[in-house]
Amino acid sequence: MSVSIDRDQAFLDAVRRIADEHAAPNADAVDRDARFPSETFAALREAQALSAFVPERLGGAGVGFETIAAACYELGRRCASSAMVFAMHQIQVATIVRHLEDADWHEGYLAALAQEQRLIASATSEVGTGGDMGRSIAPVLRSDDGGCTFEKQAPTVSYGNEADDLLVTLRRSPEAEQSDQVLALVRGDQTTLEQTGTWDPLGMRGTCSPGFVVRATFAPEQILPAPFSRAMAESMVPVSHVLWSQLWLGIATDAFDRARAFVRAAAKRSGSDEPSPVAVRLSHLMSELSLLRAEVDSGLGEFLADSEEPGRERLSTMAAALRFNNLKIAASEQAPRVCQGAMGVCGIVGFKNDTPFSVGRHLRDTMSACLMIANERIHQTNASLLLIAKDL
Amino acid sequence: MADEIRQIINDHGRLPVAVSELAADANLYQAGLTSHASVNVMLALEDHFDVEFPDRMLTPSVFESIASIEAAISELRSSARTL
Repeated sequence: MSVSIDRDQAFLDAVRRIADEHAAPNADAVDRDARFPSETFAALREAQALSAFVPERLGGAGVGFETIAAACYELGRRCASSAMVFAMHQIQVATIVRHLEDADWHEGYLAALAQEQRLIASATSEVGTGGDMGRSIAPVLRSDDGGCTFEKQAPTVSYGNEADDLLVTLRRSPEAEQSDQVLALVRGDQTTLEQTGTWDPLGMRGTCSPGFVVRATFAPEQILPAPFSRAMAESMVPVSHVLWSQLWLGIATDAFDRARAFVRAAAKRSGSDEPSPVAVRLSHLMSELSLLRAEVDSGLGEFLADSEEPGRERLSTMAAALRFNNLKIAASEQAPRVCQGAMGVCGIVGFKNDTPFSVGRHLRDTMSACLMIANERIHQTNASLLLIAKDL
Repeated sequence: MADEIRQIINDHGRLPVAVSELAADANLYQAGLTSHASVNVMLALEDHFDVEFPDRMLTPSVFESIASIEAAISELRSSARTL
């Protein structure tokens, strides 16, 4: 037990150091230029952080999921784009690791990922599905030599140009219904990406997420053998919502910390006996941040409990789907609220982009949260589930 | 019971294929059952068979085929009788 605690602690210490020394000093430039946080990722690769969740027998560090979640939070406090890219990569890794089922190809892939610190992006959204991850249009095509190909119109592929490999959702075959999906892991040397759009968004600018036409030629064994519905319900969706909410909490926490630094500086200058109005506003803001933290922490705790084997099928129940959908909705709405509150505390020095109390980037970055799988779509799903789920 | 289940899937499942052509163990999601339509099927099944699916049964695997639905309803009915 102490060995694993030491290992997890060492990993988290390394991520904290990278967040302070590499993510933080470049965060403004990454945001301003809408460029990939390459300094952060060079350091994360150096620290073998991209294979942190890969089991030790395959060459990874095998740290606990709660430590991956803490790493997303720590990066989120320093550079939201770095945290989001890291979280998305870990979502792909966790989906493969949790549904490995002794698949030889995927075990070999994870060993290569650990060895070479390969970065995985995902192409799950698709033009024409209205943002529904549970449907795919592009099918797996079988060629005469037994190989597979596909061509997918992806409206966004985060860090598509920087990733080494791609996890893609596809329709099982040209005859299959849109809801009959598979997950394929295609390597960069099997894939071509034709960029179809530009990338000049309001926030999360360093995730570099334009649209692409994705084409790949690959082997049938690169399709994850586990049933898609299980991989989606037990891993892709809840892991995404848990890790995203952690980094949103990280961003909001840094905005709060900046507001607190502003209030402390003002208090030192004034030397008044009474708390200033902004100090009282900070107290209000703290209770907003506490609500966010409570939801994010309890979501993680319930995910860890539901992930215990045996019984991980719990995550496939409607009650679990509702729980982790609500985590996403609540955190994505509360995080920008906290950032806006921090701006209210700091005033004009928070609004300006070049002060120690700037929180404009935080506000813009968290405003992406309600769009990453649109909250209204999640509410539509929840509305159906609420008709039939029992014990909420 | 299987015929009644087939009728309910036919009425509420909005499948692009004829339910009569599906084998009892055919995967309904692969046959085009969407998650929203599956909720309507569940509601209709509860109503028709006068049962309530507990949360542990509200998973895709329980509703993935006519046979698995039949097994779930049989289990609920036998546990109801022993009460």
